[in-house]
Amino acid sequence: MRILLELYWIFFKVGLFTFGGGYTMLPLLQKEVVEKKKWLTSEEIIDFYTLSQCTPGIIAVNVSTYIGFKKKRFWGGIISALGVATPSIIVITVIAAVLTNFLHIKEVAYAFTGIRVAVTALVIVTIVDMYKKSVVDWLCIILYIASFLLSVLTSISPVFIVLGAGITGLVLGTRMRERKGDNDDIS
Amino acid sequence: MIYLELFWEFFKMGLFSVGGGLATIPFLYDIGRRYDWLDTAVIPDMIAISESTPGPIGINMATYTGYTAAGIFGALIASLAIILPSAIIVLLISGFLASFGRDKRVLNTMYGLRPASLGLITAAAFMLFKVSVITYDAFVESGNILDIIDIKALVLFVCLLVIRLFFRKIHPILFIVFAGAIGIIFNF
Repeated sequence: MRILLELYWIFFKVGLFTFGGGYTMLPLLQKEVVEKKKWLTSEEIIDFYTLSQCTPGIIAVNVSTYIGFKKKRFWGGIISALGVATPSIIVITVIAAVLTNFLHIKEVAYAFTGIRVAVTALVIVTIVDMYKKSVVDWLCIILYIASFLLSVLTSISPVFIVLGAGITGLVLGTRMRERKGDNDDIS
Repeated sequence: MIYLELFWEFFKMGLFSVGGGLATIPFLYDIGRRYDWLDTAVIPDMIAISESTPGPIGINMATYTGYTAAGIFGALIASLAIILPSAIIVLLISGFLASFGRDKRVLNTMYGLRPASLGLITAAAFMLFKVSVITYDAFVESGNILDIIDIKALVLFVCLLVIRLFFRKIHPILFIVFAGAIGIIFNF
């Protein structure tokens, strides 16, 4: 029960300070779940993001549910998903009800410009950290650059990018991974 | 029955939008065309607010649409409906991984997926950078090459990046609050 409350509170905080899409949660999750609670490793966070990108639904909810399940099975997943959604429900309801001109308040616009810059810097530093852990050989470098370029330069759905990389891994993974004696698991 | 319609539409959206909150936009326009409780003219405003307020974009949009269509109860129903398919599918996959996470094929697939996933996150960060630091429109308008980047934002960006790289212990929430305050003080 205590852990469920903790999960709810952590994901509530994460939801409250997420500005933008599910990716912007990454530095917060790294801090709360990996560094403070030590419930997961950063490799596992990448794995959950990876799975969330190919799982239907909102990435933020998917990641939260994966982490919650990992920690406390069924109810952990449910509670975490509800936790990450609660701030949205409260904040947006208030904005829609009383602050319809919210974005036209000068100070609000200024604050959000600053916040966007901070979120960008935070996400970039987290990417640098994760790069060292998930891009481990030349095939990974190719997959990394290819998916970045495909995503920035074309309008191909991320689903196909992820599918292509998954199939590449399935076909070539054994040869590449045995070479460096890798034996991690994601269960 | 508007609550049932809301539930059904957002459940479908949660089930079929793959790859992030912005993937829900086409669904919103489709809903606007089919029901009279959502006016497509307000969708751009909704997206702007959902992107910049606290909370993941996808859930924000569901709450916003639900509220506009049917008040607080509508907001609750739409938000829960968009979460539900994710939660169910993820719970099923998690159960599967708990049994097959050590399977060689799963490990090989994950090995290939990880760098691609990070590539997609990097692409998202690149877009974020473009939105927050680069002001291409102002450059096109004025023709002055100095207008292509927002100098104030760039300075803040570099400072935060350096601070972050050297002081890993600082909580990300502090960065966000600090940057918001800087934005107000220096009129970003």
